[in-house]
Amino acid sequence: MNRLRFAKEGRAKYISHLDLIRTMQRVFVRAGIELKHTEGFNPHAYMAFATPLSVGTESRCELMDFVLTGGAALAEVPERVTAAAPEGITALSAYIGERKLSDIAWIETEGFLCYDSVPAGEAAAALKELYGREKLVIGKKSKRGIIDFDVIPGIKSLELAPEGKRVRLRALLAAGDAPLSPAVLLDAARQAEPRWYPDFASFRRLELFDRDMTVFR
Amino acid sequence: MTPELERILTKVQKPARYTGGEYNEIIKDKASVRLRFAFCFPDLYEIGMSNLGLRILYGVLNSDPEVWCERVFAPWGDMEDEMRRAGVPLYALESGDPVRDFDVIGFSLGYEMAFTGVLDMLDLAGLPVRSADRGDAFPLVVAGGTACVNAEPVADFIDLFILGEGEEVLPELLTLVKKAKSGGWSKPALLREAAKIGGIYVPSLYGVSYNADGTVAAITPRDGAPAVVTKRVVEDFEHAYFPTHTIVPSTEIVHDRVVLELFRGCIRGCRFCQAGFAYRPVRRRSPQTLQRLAKEALLDSGYEEMTLSSLSTSDYKGLGELCDGLLGWCEPREISLSLPSLRADNFSMGLMERIQRVRRSGLTFAPEAGSQRLRDVINKNVREEDVLRSCRVAFEGGWNALKLYFMLGLPTETDEDVLAIADMAFKVLAEWREHAKNKSRGVHITVSTSCFIPKPHTPFQWEPQVDAAEYERRVALLRSAMKVKSISYNWHAPDVSLVEAALARGDRRVGQAVENVWRAGGKLDSWSEYFSFARWEKAFSDCGLDMKWYACRRRETGETLPWDMISVGVDKEYLAAERENAYAGRVTPDCRAACMGCGASALLHGRRCDE
Repeated sequence: MNRLRFAKEGRAKYISHLDLIRTMQRVFVRAGIELKHTEGFNPHAYMAFATPLSVGTESRCELMDFVLTGGAALAEVPERVTAAAPEGITALSAYIGERKLSDIAWIETEGFLCYDSVPAGEAAAALKELYGREKLVIGKKSKRGIIDFDVIPGIKSLELAPEGKRVRLRALLAAGDAPLSPAVLLDAARQAEPRWYPDFASFRRLELFDRDMTVFR
Repeated sequence: MTPELERILTKVQKPARYTGGEYNEIIKDKASVRLRFAFCFPDLYEIGMSNLGLRILYGVLNSDPEVWCERVFAPWGDMEDEMRRAGVPLYALESGDPVRDFDVIGFSLGYEMAFTGVLDMLDLAGLPVRSADRGDAFPLVVAGGTACVNAEPVADFIDLFILGEGEEVLPELLTLVKKAKSGGWSKPALLREAAKIGGIYVPSLYGVSYNADGTVAAITPRDGAPAVVTKRVVEDFEHAYFPTHTIVPSTEIVHDRVVLELFRGCIRGCRFCQAGFAYRPVRRRSPQTLQRLAKEALLDSGYEEMTLSSLSTSDYKGLGELCDGLLGWCEPREISLSLPSLRADNFSMGLMERIQRVRRSGLTFAPEAGSQRLRDVINKNVREEDVLRSCRVAFEGGWNALKLYFMLGLPTETDEDVLAIADMAFKVLAEWREHAKNKSRGVHITVSTSCFIPKPHTPFQWEPQVDAAEYERRVALLRSAMKVKSISYNWHAPDVSLVEAALARGDRRVGQAVENVWRAGGKLDSWSEYFSFARWEKAFSDCGLDMKWYACRRRETGETLPWDMISVGVDKEYLAAERENAYAGRVTPDCRAACMGCGASALLHGRRCDE
């Protein structure tokens, strides 16, 4: 399996997952890189994306699987993809993916929580206490309606540090079967301690890890 | 992107509409350009980015290194609320800079329901909506597009209008604006000079007086402005700019594919159709040029779908050759082609079969009127047997869904004509029963009607629209005659049509009503989420006007019309003669069969139409 690692930053962070798929289809056509197509009535290039990224979140570690069929060499894929991609999408490397995307277990994320009217220091302390609890069950939207969801098992590590009017966050959050997105992490604060729910927050994915905390490629 | 904007974008639906940053977006160095142009589209991003005119002008204007043309779209309500709350003014997607800081703001006015959106965008930009309230310190506000063939309802809000195709006249105007900027001209001085450019209508240079009965008494140009402004066209369409290197949106838009423009104008002369007259004369690109442009556009964009666009694509001379050439290139690359606007009369099934191999769910025909008599009146030269034959071929080919479009309220329409629509639908159903390939899947025939809207610069520009009650009576009549399971009937509400008709033939006084609607919260009136008939009714009556007077009144051919200072190149006498032909049920041959001398060929200065 051929695998592309790419960044999605700046204005491109507002491209939704569905739109990203459409966009990448066209990027490869523009780059003149032939990919294996699916069969059926509406054939399109086969692509598989790891762990969908929320709209508004940046990433330095997106992965996409594909199959080269034409003459393009894997080594030249990143440069050609970046040249054909919209602003903010940068191909970082292309290689043979040895492992299944489902082996991704943890995502390292950084972010800023902005507070307009409460001191960031107090917010950081309060959130540390909140996320340090043994259990933090919230209502989470699912296909079957609102379900009880404990966010704590989804947090492997969490650092919170005040920085001016913001709190800097760095966390390892679960991917896979029971993922914990930064948005749900914050929603736990909104539900449990609304006072410490930030006025604005932004996040960026930094790295992917497997169950043994080895960097996933 | 500013922190305020980033905050807002987390709170709204589909933020990618508001960010720019797409592939092929043009970014220039602010310091090195002399003129900044904000191309404003008074509708959503998904609609505006599907507009070929925007793409053409974006490319043409940006080919001048001294000009930076950027895009601006109307925000949806959630975004507008957040912008107003946070004090974020209307901004251009490329630079993020406020629109009010641009040199020229240009609106694309495709149709009348966009008028309130223009006022809302001006206000959101922090500009006074009336031209008279915008002094020298404010940007020049211009507009173009089909709705400008009667610019009067928005004449008080727009400094000048660009009539017809903008590829040549817009750069001419911008050259003048550059000169005005460096020369320190006042805005009135600039406008007086602009009025000397062919195709530019400066409303403030025209006085309009009215008779006691409310009709226009006289239109008086001043300061050397021409009595009649004639629209501009690109004479050499074969070599005209086509955007092969154009923005590819990162979010899905309405026409998310390459749109290849085969030709401009239409040979048909359907008497109700404004585009058919306003876009004359017919000019085409050769199949060779189109194949080259298509390949360039597909390779550059990465799109895997292309539509062959024009007012009546099946009338393109050389369609077979073009399709053969394109298919040979597209098929191995999994690129699909689509043909919109097929006529039922020369519908070529072989072509359709070959082209639309994949999606064969729906086919649409627009006979427009049910009876042959009424189709002759409107000069829709399609015969019932043509429609039925096309349907038969479609059913034999495996299609099982068919849409038929009609208008109600056409001039001279009787109940017999209305019932003839039901008759035709039943005959189509009978064709299916006899010829369907696979009857087990059933058939779905959809009949749609809309209320006819008489438009300026057509032979029906003098005709009354039927009022809502009469339209609804005819709808009920048709409905009662078509109650079978496999035929469903949709009809458009008449209230939007009444407003559109009043605006289409409105005079300068109607501008106050447009402003009233906007002040009462109106915008994005083409969206049912925002359209309010009650708001329009009140707005008209508050300024002592009656929508029905504009929409439902029969005009004499001799009456001075509010848009008489504008010519689309077709003589008024020709339109009047066509009106008489309509009453007599006389059909007029298409331009290819015989030139009837409408006058539009004069726009080509010696070149011939349709070559």
